[in-house]
Formats: sequence, structure tokens, C-alpha cells
Amino acid sequence: MKPINQNAWLLILPVVLCVAFSAILPLMTVVNYSVQDIISPERRVFVGTEWFKMVMRDPELHEALLRQIVFSLAVLLVEVPLGIALALSMPASGWKASAVLVILAMSLLIPWNVVGTIWQIFGRTDIGLFGAALAKLGINYSYTGYATDAWATVLLMDVWHWTSLVALLCYAGLRAIPDAYYQAARIDGASKLAVFRYIQLPKLRGVLMIAVLLRFMDSFMIYTEPFVLTGGGPGNSTTFLSQYLTQKAVGQFDVGPAAAFSLIYFLIILLLCFILYNWMQRVGGGPERAHE
Amino acid sequence: MARIELDLAHSYKSVAARDEDYALLPLKMTFEDGGAYALLGPSGCGKTTMLNIISGLLVPSQGKVSFDGRDVTHQTPQERNIAQVFQFPVIYDTMSVVENLAFPLRNRRIPEAQIQRRVREVAEMLELSGQLEQRAAGLSADVKQKISLGRGLVRNDVSAVLFDEPLTVIDPHLKWQLRRKLKQIHHELKLTLIYVTHDQVEALTFADQVIVMTQGKAVQTGTPDQLFERPQHTFVGHFIGSPGMNFLDAQVVGEQLKIGDSTLSLPAGRAQTLSSAGRTTVGIRPEFVRLSDSHDSGALRATVSLVKDIGTHWMISATVADRLVRARVAPDVRAPRVGDTVWFTVIGPHTCFYKDDRLIA
Repeated sequence: MKPINQNAWLLILPVVLCVAFSAILPLMTVVNYSVQDIISPERRVFVGTEWFKMVMRDPELHEALLRQIVFSLAVLLVEVPLGIALALSMPASGWKASAVLVILAMSLLIPWNVVGTIWQIFGRTDIGLFGAALAKLGINYSYTGYATDAWATVLLMDVWHWTSLVALLCYAGLRAIPDAYYQAARIDGASKLAVFRYIQLPKLRGVLMIAVLLRFMDSFMIYTEPFVLTGGGPGNSTTFLSQYLTQKAVGQFDVGPAAAFSLIYFLIILLLCFILYNWMQRVGGGPERAHE
Repeated sequence: MARIELDLAHSYKSVAARDEDYALLPLKMTFEDGGAYALLGPSGCGKTTMLNIISGLLVPSQGKVSFDGRDVTHQTPQERNIAQVFQFPVIYDTMSVVENLAFPLRNRRIPEAQIQRRVREVAEMLELSGQLEQRAAGLSADVKQKISLGRGLVRNDVSAVLFDEPLTVIDPHLKWQLRRKLKQIHHELKLTLIYVTHDQVEALTFADQVIVMTQGKAVQTGTPDQLFERPQHTFVGHFIGSPGMNFLDAQVVGEQLKIGDSTLSLPAGRAQTLSSAGRTTVGIRPEFVRLSDSHDSGALRATVSLVKDIGTHWMISATVADRLVRARVAPDVRAPRVGDTVWFTVIGPHTCFYKDDRLIA
């Protein structure tokens, strides 16, 4: 038996305090709102789980949640394969590699609202390069007019903004594979596809997991870009969860339901990330990997 | 299986003007079919470059490689049918041991029944049979290295098996087991094996023929005995043996050899070849330096600087004519103390004479 020294708890006290002030206390205020009906600063009523029940039954929320899940899945389905493909086709060294890296990193440095603005102009059929080009081709395109166009543009915007992140992560992962693996594969007579399937993909597992989780969380919380580009429209077609939440909390000042929904939102992200993480762990390695 | 001939040079630079630009200086070399060879040399001497040229991972910038007289310079490793084991074990993480072993055969679309039979045979030989269904990623480094070796051996028609410092990441107590396994495989399969290492013990115990390399040159090819007793180049003398050969600057004057202030007579039978040598370097292994009495002719005066007990022998370091000379002497001799003056006999049948680093007598 190892001796147990309860004083060790004191050592984690600073961390507990920091986390308390940065995360737990703000969260508690949200919890506080979520269980009360605040009519005025003097009049407040404890309502228990009423807000939660109400929010969960809100059909607008159901639509936004469904929209959000479809959007996040679409983001992952496009950005992850595209990022891997980009990383695979990037030069491994020399000035070309540096140039490509800089170009790729550029979109990551642009603030969200600027990205929204860029695409707002880019997609305009009168002065925007993208919109005008589509119009010239005879396509009746309008991201403010048609739900599908708005959807496609938001997705395209996200792909443009964030695929680089996946590509850069994969690029780093690819460079970390020792040459001997490729040489061994050549000696074993492996095809390009086999090299990808049995060497590159397994070795990218770690970075891919980071990429998928980051892109999932980020896209699940997307707010600024669609807000600037479409304002959630046309109709509600690009109103994602965070925008729905903002409308509730800031627009209508329904603090109680908004707080209740914030907590639900938080739990959804936590749950989905947990599922994703565990699923990827299982797919890539199995329990034996724990030995490494 | 094949007899491998090299007649080439290699430079990683596009324009190679000076000797330093070459990773491998022009060389001619033959590896006989079924031989066990070791390429031995310090880091950066060109041994891995040579190995990669033989395997076909690298095309030499000049010259050609032939297998059994057939020019294979521009063939891929697959076409040459080479197997190579790398410094770090290369295994396919997502596959089981049996899938790893079968991989090269599956890529060559060999019938499944034949693959199964061959994989069992190789697994049996490498003592992997008990672990066939395990996932390869979770195994220890020595087992992984056996799998990499196994992937080379499953193709029963391999031209040669090349090893690039394969035991670097293996635990010391497992090293000799694997080395023994390699010897045994060589014995059973009569394959041409080429083994790159910077560890002389590995090279000398593994190979029938050791090729010592330095700075892009193969300075000597020979059996372990030849390398030890008649190093053709001062580098070989210095690199092989622990510690390496002692070297003393000397001057041949007529029938006499001058080392520092002392004058010794040239060994009988070799005086003829040496008479016109002028400035030479005398090389003698610590094992062949003898302690002797002061009045022995042919003994050099030395001042002891260090005496070490190396178990079975004494290792005496002493200064002779401003050069450090080490002598390994039998334990029954009374060991001198630091600062003592002793007399070393350095001229004998095992003494080598060098001029411009090359053996002349």
C-alpha cells in the first residue's frame, strides 16, 4: 500500500480556483438563469425544469438541431477527405513546400466576420467574382434568395476557411512517417492505394482525430460567418444552433429558455465529441494499442 | 538468389567535382551468391547509400549494378526481388502478424493456399507461430523486427536480403538471439545476405566477408581474421579491434628503422620491400605488443600513463616517442605502475607497415 497524503489536494487548489473562475462560475450563472423565471430584478420565480421542457419541445429548435447536425456532417465529409488529398499532393520539401504552407495558412488567419464579408461580396451576382461567374454560366444563383444556394455557399465558405487546418495537420502527420515505411512498401510491392490504406492512413490516425474533433466542435458552434453572409436566411434555412440561441437570448431576451438551451447545447457537443472520440479510437487501433 | 556486381559511384549533388561531393567514390565490388557480407564503417561513410543502391531504392549517379550479369541499375526493388530490413522495425500497424507476413505475397497475387503455406513456414522458422493472429502494432521491437525480416523471407525467390543496422533498437540480451537466428537462416536458406552496421562485433560475428568503409570508399574486403591481422589501410587497423591498432611514425634508413630516438632493425624477410620506403607508419595491435627487458634489442622505451584491469588482461597505455601506445598483456605479468618506464617490443610477424595509409609490408 502506498501511503496516502491528503495534503496533496492542496497542490491542485490553484488549478481548481482558476477553473472555477474561468469556467464553473460562469456556467453556474447560466444554470441559475435556466431554473428561474426572472420577471424583473426584484421578482424571480423558481421554475425547476420547466424551461428545459419547453425548449426541448420547441419545433424551431428541432429544425435548427437537425440543420446543425447535417451541416457539421457535411463539413466533416468534405473537409476531411479534401484535407487529406491536399496534404498528399503537397510537396514534401524545398521552397515549394514553404510557399504552399504559407498559402494554405492564409485563410486560417482571417477573422470570421471578414470571411463572411468576403463571401458576401464574392457571391454577389453583380460585382462578386463567384456569383457573377455563375450568373454568366446561366445558373440562377442567389444565396439570399434560395435555401439550397445559401446552404451551399455557407458550406463552401466553411470549406474554404477551414480545409487548410485539416490539410496542415495531415501534412504534419505525413511528414512524421519515416522513409523506411515507404521503402519497405516499395520492396513489398505495395500499390499506391495500399501505401495509403496501410501506412499513411493508420499513421495519420492521431492527427485525423484532432482534425475531426476540432472541425466538428467548431462547425457545431458556427455563428459569425452565416450570420454575416445570410443572417440565417432565407427563412430559417441557415439558422444554426448558435444563431437560434442568440435570437432567444439577445433578440427576445428570453434568458431562462436561452440558458436552458445553452446547457443542452453544451451537453450535445460534449456527448457527440465523446462518441466520435471513442469511435475513432476503436476504428483505428483496438485495445492492443494501449501497450504502445 | 544472385551474384551482385557493382561498378559505380554515387553523389547526392547534381554536379560532383571534388571527392567530398561523393557519397560513394568509384568502386568495383562483387557479392558472391549465397555469401554473408557485412558493410562496416562509421556513420556517414556511405554504407547505407551502397545498400540502397543494391536494393534499388537509389539509382547510382554513375555506373551500374548487375545481378547475375544482368543489368538492373534502373530496376525497382520489386523487380530486383530484394528484401530489406530497416533500422527501425517497419510493420503495418493495422494488420495482424499473419497479414503482415502475407502482404508481399498478396501484392504479387500469389494463390491464397500457397500464401498460407509459405507464411506458416516462415513463421515457424522465425518462431512467430504462436503470435500469428495478434495485431502487429502491440508487439515488442524484436518481434516486430522479426516480422520485417519475415516479410523479406516469405518470397522464396529473393535475390538477396539486405539489413540496414537491424539490431539498433533491440535490447542487448535479445540481440544475440536475433543474430543467431540470422546466421541460422543464412545456413538453411543459402541466401545472399548483406548487413550494414557500425558495430564491429556484429559485423565480425555475422559475416564471412566484411567490407570496411570510410568516407565513401571501401578500404578493405576480407574475412574477420584478415581485417584483424593484416589491415590493408590504417583506417581498418584503427576501426577494427578494441582498442584499435597503435601507430608510430617511423623512418627507414637502409636496413634500419628509426622511431623517435630509437633505432630498430627491420624484420627479416620484409627488409627488402621496406628498404626504399622512407617515411612509413608502423602499425601494431595492442594484442601483439610485448613487454620486454631494457636490453632487448628492438624494444622501445615507454612511459606508462594508465593501467587498466580489463578482466582477462592488463591494458597498459604508455607514451612512446610522443605517441600513445596501448598494450594488452597477460595477467601473470606484474603490472607496471603509472609513471614507470617499460620497454615495448613492437616489431614482429604481426607488425604492419604503411605508407600514405596503405599497407606496404
